[in-house]
Amino acid sequence: MSDNAKPSLQQKSLPFGRSLYSHALQSCMLLCIGITVALVFFLILYILIRAIPYFSWEILTTKPSYLRGTIGVLPDILNTIYLVFTALVIVLPLGVGAAIYLNEYAKSQKLVKVIEYAVETLAGIPSIIYGLVGMLFFCQFLSLQTSLLAGSLTLVIMSIPVIIRTTQESLKTVPNGYREGAFGLGSARWHMIRTVVLPCCIDGIVTGCILAAGRMLGESAALLFTAGFAHALHGYIDGITSSGATLTVALYVYAKEQGEFEVAFVIAAILLVLCFITNYLAQAYGRHMKKIKQ
Amino acid sequence: METIFDVENFNLWYGDNHALHNINMKIEKNAITALIGPSGCGKSTFIKTLNRMNDLIPSVKLSGSIRYRGQEIVNSDINVYNLRKEVGMVFQKPNPFPMSVYDNIAYGPRTHGIKNKSQLNDIVEKSLRDAAIFDELKDRLKDSALGLSGGQQQRLCIARALAVKPDVLLMDEPTSALDPISTSKIEELVLDLKKEYSIVIVTHNMQQAVRISDYTAFFLLGDLVEFDKTDKIFSKPSDKRTEDYITGRFG
Repeated sequence: MSDNAKPSLQQKSLPFGRSLYSHALQSCMLLCIGITVALVFFLILYILIRAIPYFSWEILTTKPSYLRGTIGVLPDILNTIYLVFTALVIVLPLGVGAAIYLNEYAKSQKLVKVIEYAVETLAGIPSIIYGLVGMLFFCQFLSLQTSLLAGSLTLVIMSIPVIIRTTQESLKTVPNGYREGAFGLGSARWHMIRTVVLPCCIDGIVTGCILAAGRMLGESAALLFTAGFAHALHGYIDGITSSGATLTVALYVYAKEQGEFEVAFVIAAILLVLCFITNYLAQAYGRHMKKIKQ
Repeated sequence: METIFDVENFNLWYGDNHALHNINMKIEKNAITALIGPSGCGKSTFIKTLNRMNDLIPSVKLSGSIRYRGQEIVNSDINVYNLRKEVGMVFQKPNPFPMSVYDNIAYGPRTHGIKNKSQLNDIVEKSLRDAAIFDELKDRLKDSALGLSGGQQQRLCIARALAVKPDVLLMDEPTSALDPISTSKIEELVLDLKKEYSIVIVTHNMQQAVRISDYTAFFLLGDLVEFDKTDKIFSKPSDKRTEDYITGRFG
């Protein structure tokens, strides 16, 4: 081999063809990143710019009045809180219980596989289908009428997969040695789960819960059918049993049916902030638990 | 000597795999019985039947008889929780719970219904003293047990097992994950515990069996080849296979 066939270590740049190719690809990827970031910021800025001029303390703290011609979103905020709270209270024991059964009790691996497959499929079903089924089953068959309760129950079915999945993942991270240790001291299965396994994976469960709450906040299709459109101001008990629009549904109604785009953008901004808060909480909680464990 | 476990014609299957064949042995009270043999010979499987930890594996089937203080434990409906309280276990890998040192020791007594604070304090102190680790840990009772060294964790696990006042202590290769100094501390401890407890220990280390045990059982491919006094097994084994194994010809 002659010397000039070897690439020189002094030569700074690649051959022209390869360097062009490399630069072209790098630029492509930069462009992709640029477009993604620009889209996100455009969306956020656009919503905020459209919303801020109409933002007032009054709109946040009153209900709409046709007599005075004013608009307020307080009922929608409260409805959203009632709905998410109710759904979480119901879905947590169901989902966590199912995950514990699958991971700690179930003996037949075949059954577990079938259930896991069903849960995964449940997670992939478009939410409008949940709405349709929820309307027929909860509103009509169980005669709950169009109400926040019917909406919550529909959301419960929708978010069961998220809770089961996240709980199962964190149960699987608990070392088997802990279980053996507890059994070896004569503890019964449920006692072992309650005192050793669950304390280890409480952080996974909480994170799953926050994620599920985030999805509920953003859900609209399933609620159009089940939770209704009213903007009345209620306490919890009255609120949950009567028809009520959540923020997302109210946004749809104001923008699409009444042409009130200003209110729609105010609601969009509120949802955006709530979305930030839930994501931040999930991350902050994760970091906090990591610190405690160390 | 008094017999604590009386094993007769005991067989065990994992599904279709016949893992233990016709085991017969009498385990003495207040003695250390070592189970030796190459990997996969069934010694860990055997020790786990003595406190029914094999119940946790769904495919296991048993036949024959093992009597603990005269009570049949194979395929019988004895209270396994009480059996495991009487027959405690220490595992190969130290497995302290992710809680404080104190809560680790108090876990067993609490499980069995002791709530009184001063009673728990006494148990924790006595168990740690019995496991010869009290002086090292007395100022760290509130610290997480996961911060201890491997050897300390294993002695903590022994203390945790002692806290429920067992009668027998099963040890499944308790020193195989530890350094030589921690190993010798645990061996001293085990010798000391013999006065109050009957001990069955699985070990891969034949010097360890010689150093601490009174009786040795040699398992090979699911058979109990030879079971006798440790001196006898290591000086004049009656079976050729035992001799080959202890002289290092295979294993």
